[in-house]
Amino acid sequence: MTAHLLTRRSLLAAGAGLSVAFMGRSASADDALAGRKLIVVICRGGMDGLSVSPPIGDPDYAGLRRGIAIPSEAALRLDDTFALHPSLAAIHTMARQGEARIVPAMASPDRARSHFEAQDVLETGAAGVYATDSGWLNRSLSAMGDRRVPALSVGATSPLIMRGPVQTGAWSPGRASEKSSRLPSLLMDLYAGDPLLGPAFAQGLETEAMAKATMVDMSKAPPPGYAGGGLAGLQRQGQASAKRIGQTVAGFMMQPEGPQLVALSAEGFDTHANQGAAQGQLANRLAYLDSLAEGLREGLGAQWSKTVVVFATEFGRTARINGTGGTDHGTGSTAILLGGALKKGGIVGDWPTLKENALFEGRDTRPSIDSRALFKGLLADHMGIDRRALDTTVFPDSAGVAPVLGLV
Amino acid sequence: MALPTKDLMASIAATRFGLGARPGEIDAARSDPQGWLSRQIVGRGADLGVANYDLSASRIADFRNFRADRRDQRMEAPKTEMGMKPGETPPEKDPVQIAGRMIREGAAEDFLARARNAASTDASFRERWATFWCNHFTVSGVKLITAVTVGPFEAEAIRPRVFGKFEDLLIASSAHPAMLLYLDQAQSTGPNSRIGMALQKRPNPRNRGGGLNENLAREILELHTVGVDGGYGQADVTEFARCMTGWSVGNQREPEKFGKFVFREYAHEPGDRTVMGKRYNDRGVDQAASVMKDLAASPKTARFVCTKLARHFVADVPPPELVADLEKTWLSTGGHLGEVAKTLIASPHAWAAEPHKFKTPYEFLISSYRLIGGQPGAIEHLAPTLNGLGMKAYSPPSPKGWPDEGAYWATPDALIKRMAWAESFSAQVAADRDPDALARSGLGARLSERTGKAVARAESRPEALSLLLMSPEFQRR
Repeated sequence: MTAHLLTRRSLLAAGAGLSVAFMGRSASADDALAGRKLIVVICRGGMDGLSVSPPIGDPDYAGLRRGIAIPSEAALRLDDTFALHPSLAAIHTMARQGEARIVPAMASPDRARSHFEAQDVLETGAAGVYATDSGWLNRSLSAMGDRRVPALSVGATSPLIMRGPVQTGAWSPGRASEKSSRLPSLLMDLYAGDPLLGPAFAQGLETEAMAKATMVDMSKAPPPGYAGGGLAGLQRQGQASAKRIGQTVAGFMMQPEGPQLVALSAEGFDTHANQGAAQGQLANRLAYLDSLAEGLREGLGAQWSKTVVVFATEFGRTARINGTGGTDHGTGSTAILLGGALKKGGIVGDWPTLKENALFEGRDTRPSIDSRALFKGLLADHMGIDRRALDTTVFPDSAGVAPVLGLV
Repeated sequence: MALPTKDLMASIAATRFGLGARPGEIDAARSDPQGWLSRQIVGRGADLGVANYDLSASRIADFRNFRADRRDQRMEAPKTEMGMKPGETPPEKDPVQIAGRMIREGAAEDFLARARNAASTDASFRERWATFWCNHFTVSGVKLITAVTVGPFEAEAIRPRVFGKFEDLLIASSAHPAMLLYLDQAQSTGPNSRIGMALQKRPNPRNRGGGLNENLAREILELHTVGVDGGYGQADVTEFARCMTGWSVGNQREPEKFGKFVFREYAHEPGDRTVMGKRYNDRGVDQAASVMKDLAASPKTARFVCTKLARHFVADVPPPELVADLEKTWLSTGGHLGEVAKTLIASPHAWAAEPHKFKTPYEFLISSYRLIGGQPGAIEHLAPTLNGLGMKAYSPPSPKGWPDEGAYWATPDALIKRMAWAESFSAQVAADRDPDALARSGLGARLSERTGKAVARAESRPEALSLLLMSPEFQRR
């Protein structure tokens, strides 16, 4: 640790802006994972799976959804039952090329329908709520041991999924001045021995150096939490910025020794009122995700073939439209898988249908797959984490939850 | 647990309980730090409070009128995507656009007024206490209608009641138009209410609309009162939501009540209800209020909220002894918040010498202004920095409010951005100030030898002030 800080300090003093060694990284990592990349996008607020991948072939769909059902003529067909929301055009193109699949009835083990409890379980990977205060991506890094890869979260604040003992990078658009200053090295001295500020600040300086080295212009990109606002102009601006964020994150990942494990958040999916159908509030949020996906794919170029992206949410929404043109907190929802590393295939997990007696507690999509099973499968196949660690430390007490293997 | 020295207590009073020491403040608190804090507890509540609901009503009316005008304007002359048609009013002179701009500026002015008060008040414990409750009962400006009503919500519903009964605060916040709009309660209707029955009879199912929205009911249980482990289930949420049907906001057709709380009998779900095992007779508007009173009186609420208070004031993992002290007062006084505040000040467990709390971005900026005895002069001095640090003005990411844990805020990215802000702030204000004196007046006995030396040895005043602002002890409280 000490030696590491001294190295960076000397680099800074020399004015070299290209310190790119991430903390905790070891020399053998390159061979071990051959540049494989995993990006997890948490869609916060309870994303409505029945709009993300509308089951337009399900005979009960239109009746339950009424005014907010995605019309079949607008939906982007995947198979006889499922389509994608019309806002997800880029993802639909990927699906047709075998680079995108849906998991239409996924849920975490939590059933309380509380955003905060469900996000906690989704991000900690624990079997129950508030069981641990570290995230499963962070514990995945621990489980990699000497094959640990660099990791990055996008956003000014730290998502729970990436929090934990392994210091990881964090980046968000719009940052520090260019002028040279003694301040960073003086602050490194002041933070020596500070368990919170010392490692975080050191990591910040490294990511800063990497940001300068990426080719994409980040100074103009608004923060990723940006909400479209509903006006067409703002919406276009939001999509353009989402794409640029995707490209920028890809730019980081393309750097030599750039991050291979990345967490992002998208907000604004809590559509209790006026969620809209082919157009409207939710359509705008989905367009944002689509642009983000497009930006990642473009930015990663040839590296896309080594990449898997997962979009997941804390829970789905009620199968029926509510009294205010929206939907309330539900259970099962859709996860989206993207990436050149994916194997071709249909939906992941079973579709329980929307028949009255198939609905969970008479109101929600019944989950057919535990989110931990999906994540464990990807971590095993794609990131090479062994089963025992997955069952015990990464997803505690989850030996009974079999990983979904064979997706990559 | 013994209390620290008076010197250390004075600096803890101003920085941990308060919002950061202004010059001379630690000296003023030194002779009796606990008395200095207790004197800030006043029955009238926090500063900037108002006793009527006029401002929120006029903001909502302005917004609704603006939206109607904009709709009319679009119907009359559908704009082309690019540029203006000949003879069209330029945007800067268009009355509808001007109205829209004024509406947005209202929210910015509210936030600036709040920040200026926080930076300049000599009762900053009172202001921190009020800000805690604003965050507990979060209304987030994520929709334009809520953005313009967050400020009035805080002034009308929260601030006057922060040292009164929790029950009053709960009912006032739940009945405020801003909360009713934010959590979609205003549109919720009972399926068997008069309007509900009428809507069911419409021929086209797509137009039937109407019905229950359980958003506010759920968040009151989960976030405002008993907490997620409070022992309620989905059926309780739905029943409570049925009780609350009819709580709404007056519209254009009701000039007297436009933008104000209304109870719509015709939207209220008729019948007695059972919430958490207790039966509530249908007494119209009072049915939901009765549930709220019982929730406020629940020992689970006392436990949940006192834990949050201890976490906010002392440590992310709050000392159980402090929670117990607060809870005891809460239960014995029926949730009297002024008494709970006095217990917080009196408890030795709130005075640990070690500062455990990492400042939020807002707290960091406000305490920086307080350090130099200044205050922000324009919203532009605050908003972009708060955005960059993930704490957009009046826009917490969810009804849970801003997180209160250091791990959320102390990211590598945030520290680099704080450093950049500290540099530019110092460049503007350090020239005629003595950084060594500011280190002593701002941190008092909390100033470490290491930081004191670094500030003294700096090459320039801006560098010295930047180091002080970024020092481990100034970043914490």
